[in-house]
Amino acid sequence: MERLAWLVPALTLAAWALILLLGKRLPGKGAPFGILAVGAGWVISLGILARVIGGGEAYHLRGEWAPFASGFSIPIGITVDGLAAVLLVVVTTISLLVQVYSVGYMRGDKRYVLFFANLSLFTSGMLIVVLADNLLFLLVGWEIMGICSYLLIGHWWEDQANARAAIKAFLVTRVGDIGFTLGIFVFFWAAKSFEIERIVAGVESGAISGRTVTLGAVLLFCGAIGKSGQFPLHVWLPDAMAGPTPVSALIHAATMVAAGVFLVARMFPVFEASGTAMNEIAVIASITMLIAALLALVQDDIKRVLAYSTVSQLAYMMAGLGVGGYEAGVFHLFTHAFFKALLFLAAGSLIHAVHSNNMSAMGGLARVMPWTFRTFTIGALALAGVFPLAGFWSKDEILTEAWNLGFGTPAEHVATSQGIAQIVFVTGIVTAFLTAVYVARMLWLTFGGAYRGAGEPHEPDGFMMLPLVLLAVGAAFAGLVGSPLVGENNFGAWIATPQLPAHGAVIVNWGVAVGATAVAALGIGLGWSLYRGGLPEREYLTRFPLLYKTLERKFFLDDLYEQGIVRPVVGALAPATYWFDQRVIDGAVNGTAIGTRQLARGLRHLQTGQAQWYAAALFVGVVGLAVVAVQVVGR
Amino acid sequence: MPLLYPLVFAAFLFSAGVYGVLARRNAVMVLMSVELMLNAVNVNLVAFSAYLKDQLLSGQVFALFVVAVAAAEVGIGLAIVLLIFRNRETVNIDEVDLLRW
Repeated sequence: MERLAWLVPALTLAAWALILLLGKRLPGKGAPFGILAVGAGWVISLGILARVIGGGEAYHLRGEWAPFASGFSIPIGITVDGLAAVLLVVVTTISLLVQVYSVGYMRGDKRYVLFFANLSLFTSGMLIVVLADNLLFLLVGWEIMGICSYLLIGHWWEDQANARAAIKAFLVTRVGDIGFTLGIFVFFWAAKSFEIERIVAGVESGAISGRTVTLGAVLLFCGAIGKSGQFPLHVWLPDAMAGPTPVSALIHAATMVAAGVFLVARMFPVFEASGTAMNEIAVIASITMLIAALLALVQDDIKRVLAYSTVSQLAYMMAGLGVGGYEAGVFHLFTHAFFKALLFLAAGSLIHAVHSNNMSAMGGLARVMPWTFRTFTIGALALAGVFPLAGFWSKDEILTEAWNLGFGTPAEHVATSQGIAQIVFVTGIVTAFLTAVYVARMLWLTFGGAYRGAGEPHEPDGFMMLPLVLLAVGAAFAGLVGSPLVGENNFGAWIATPQLPAHGAVIVNWGVAVGATAVAALGIGLGWSLYRGGLPEREYLTRFPLLYKTLERKFFLDDLYEQGIVRPVVGALAPATYWFDQRVIDGAVNGTAIGTRQLARGLRHLQTGQAQWYAAALFVGVVGLAVVAVQVVGR
Repeated sequence: MPLLYPLVFAAFLFSAGVYGVLARRNAVMVLMSVELMLNAVNVNLVAFSAYLKDQLLSGQVFALFVVAVAAAEVGIGLAIVLLIFRNRETVNIDEVDLLRW
């Protein structure tokens, strides 16, 4: 089954090409082909995962992409190990369900065909990232996702705001990608190879010096900061809500933002070797999870609440990785994919019904949309970390890792410093509380109270309902695969790679588990008491004007970027470069042409048509040549 | 006979030819001046052939070739001049300046 792994991205790529070229003439406008391709990929992925669970070996397919005469060649290849297998299943599952959902959601859209083509390409990008055995190939998938996110966020580009959001997403992630590319160069320079296996071997054998590892790891993490929306580059993610809701689900659950976390997981032995890099990850993750959770409290747009919650949860994963919890971080990535895809698709169903993104136009929808209500609630409670839903187990594992490193005795040596692990634990608990509050706010504002909107809300059709129900099952039970109730360490054994063997049993700290649950319950209780009557006349937070203003302006980060970067670039730098291009570079080219023409205009008067002038010139020339021959050559 | 005499003669002949080509306006006179230059070259060829005592007499042979080619050239040249005269009623080459800017 592993031998077929290359087929998974190849199928979706083929579907992309087919839909793009022939989409309008295909039955169902090409959508069934995208679904079929990713469905076949899903079956293959399940087969691969079954082999991995059964204890199959890691499979490595190597090839040459571009051989050079000097003996050096750019490799292309795929690695199928536990980590890749789990991510393959997650990506294909979410992509499959999102595409089925899109058939209902996007019905009648004027760029329906293009939308499905882009979804397929987007999925291929993520699958390439998951399977790549070398950083260069990984970068290819990474960039495919970059361009697809641009195309899909700007799907309805007629609206200026959507086009701006697409450009913002593309450019902000590009800032991180510069660091990522430099990181790849650093490791290529140090290990003389792009292959992840060799880089890891070089780091572990000490062939690459500690400073180089730190430099490379920090640079690679820049890419993850951009792609996974970590502070200070998280600003693109909430704006990315401008895209159609299925795209948001795909970006936030399976592709794009998961790529950054996956990169850190894939290169984990490298990060683990550098205390500086681990500390950096943990600190940035702590900042991000806190500010994103705070910002989620004041949003009115339901998709923006979910977007900030994604930023916050991604930071949770990063924090888990940052305190040395490889299994915990990837486990949260796994469970988060289910409940966040569910939340987005359910939110899409709400938006579809009331024709507005704003929660101020919702309320009281539990009665008219009972199934959306039930599935959304399961997702929301999983996000808040309520026992025994998916989010509880993974969040608990991350908090336990942070607790053990910060206050207890870690099972093994971790490069992260103790003080930073303490910060991670405290912010983790605070974030869990805030998460519960905004989840409760979101639930009561949409489903509680009286209906405040204009349209006639109704349940969506089967294409949209089926993925919701399936994902709700996933959001409820996905956590059990890594739960200590079911086995010692199932998930850890799945994602173990040759470089990162499983740690044995999951350490359960019941104190942390009970504490986190209590905090979540407290948060939900607070949210309920504040928002049970639906949206009050004004937000509660407006009673603290300074705090509300800060949150409403998103900690002034967007303003800072706007004033500090965008304004000078658009206002001064862009016109200056335009002038330079037009006047100096084009000027040089056009100047050559104009100069030649002027010269020719003067010279053509020599062509008088008088044969005797020509003869005279000929004679003078011959005499001149004769003189030269006698005086110079003849000597 | 010293080589100098035919060479000086040929040089005068050639100079007369050049003058004629550059200065005369009548196309027929220009063609005749060209003949003068060619014949100056012939004199040179014969003189050097005799001076070098060439066994194969290649100088004389070349001179005969030049005479033959010159006959052909003058035939075509006069034909052109004739056609120009028929079309434009002039053989003044100052007035035949169609190929100019």
